Amino acid sequence: MKMELIQPFINAADAVLSQGLQSPMAIENLSMEEEAYRFKGVAAMIELSGDIEGRIIFDLAPKTAARVASHFAGTELPETDGLVREAVCELANQVIGNAVAVLNDQGFKFRVHPPALHTSEQGPKSTEDTEALVLCFDTADGPVFMNIALRYHNPTAQAAAVGA
Amino acid sequence: MEQFAPVKRSKDGQAVQYLIVDDSVFARKNLGRIIESFGGQIAGEAGDGLTAISEYDRLKPDIVLMDITMPQMEGIEAAEKIVQKNPEARVVMVSSVGYQENIVAALQRGARHFVQKPVKPEVLYEVIKYVLGEDGAVASAAGAGA
Repeated sequence: MKMELIQPFINAADAVLSQGLQSPMAIENLSMEEEAYRFKGVAAMIELSGDIEGRIIFDLAPKTAARVASHFAGTELPETDGLVREAVCELANQVIGNAVAVLNDQGFKFRVHPPALHTSEQGPKSTEDTEALVLCFDTADGPVFMNIALRYHNPTAQAAAVGA
Repeated sequence: MEQFAPVKRSKDGQAVQYLIVDDSVFARKNLGRIIESFGGQIAGEAGDGLTAISEYDRLKPDIVLMDITMPQMEGIEAAEKIVQKNPEARVVMVSSVGYQENIVAALQRGARHFVQKPVKPEVLYEVIKYVLGEDGAVASAAGAGA
């Protein structure tokens, strides 16, 4: 997986989380995983298709999701509130949207699909991806996991974009 | 949340009426909170472009805040249809997908402005004042507390 593909997502996650939570955050852990992904809590998965293909998963433990959603909403939300799941999807949308804007301006064309929500209550689920970069952002509200599995689909677009 | 000097309608001094269009309930609630900090009122909400068109016809809000990526009909198409029928409509696109191509397409098809998500209240406040132009007036601090 190419770093030039990943960096916009890291920058966007940093910007969106820092602004929304109004506190600095840091990357606590970064690793490559080849095993199928198991959801940790409330997770939003967004797929990309086009010059770049793959998917990004945002995953938060239920308590962390409630804290983050409460921060974004400006009011206390219980773990069971449907808005918590909505908030995780919106958070994923904002991060991916911001990253996609950067990549699109670099010449990549692709489609962002609507987020699909997964929860650990549904039992362990996995994706078919074989290689993914897993980042753990350390925030004041708890760890936020971002799992990225992306690849170039169109080598011509890659060459044009990198050369641009 | 930070409070701003209320922006009122010049013609009658009433609160500016907003239609919020976003498929995310969470995003609509968030935008609603921001608007209320400007002294605005939520006239209505819609979760897709088609509903936005019918809600605009029914409510005739002063400003529409419109997301882009939505089911049924996307925001840019809905904005175009609203403006075609109501040239005076003020549609502000509010989206995380803020690449140049999208912004240009939105403006060419009738949107008055574009605000990138996550929305910074101070940015949206300035955009609202700009888009309202002479039809909007910022109430004085004394007036705001009255």
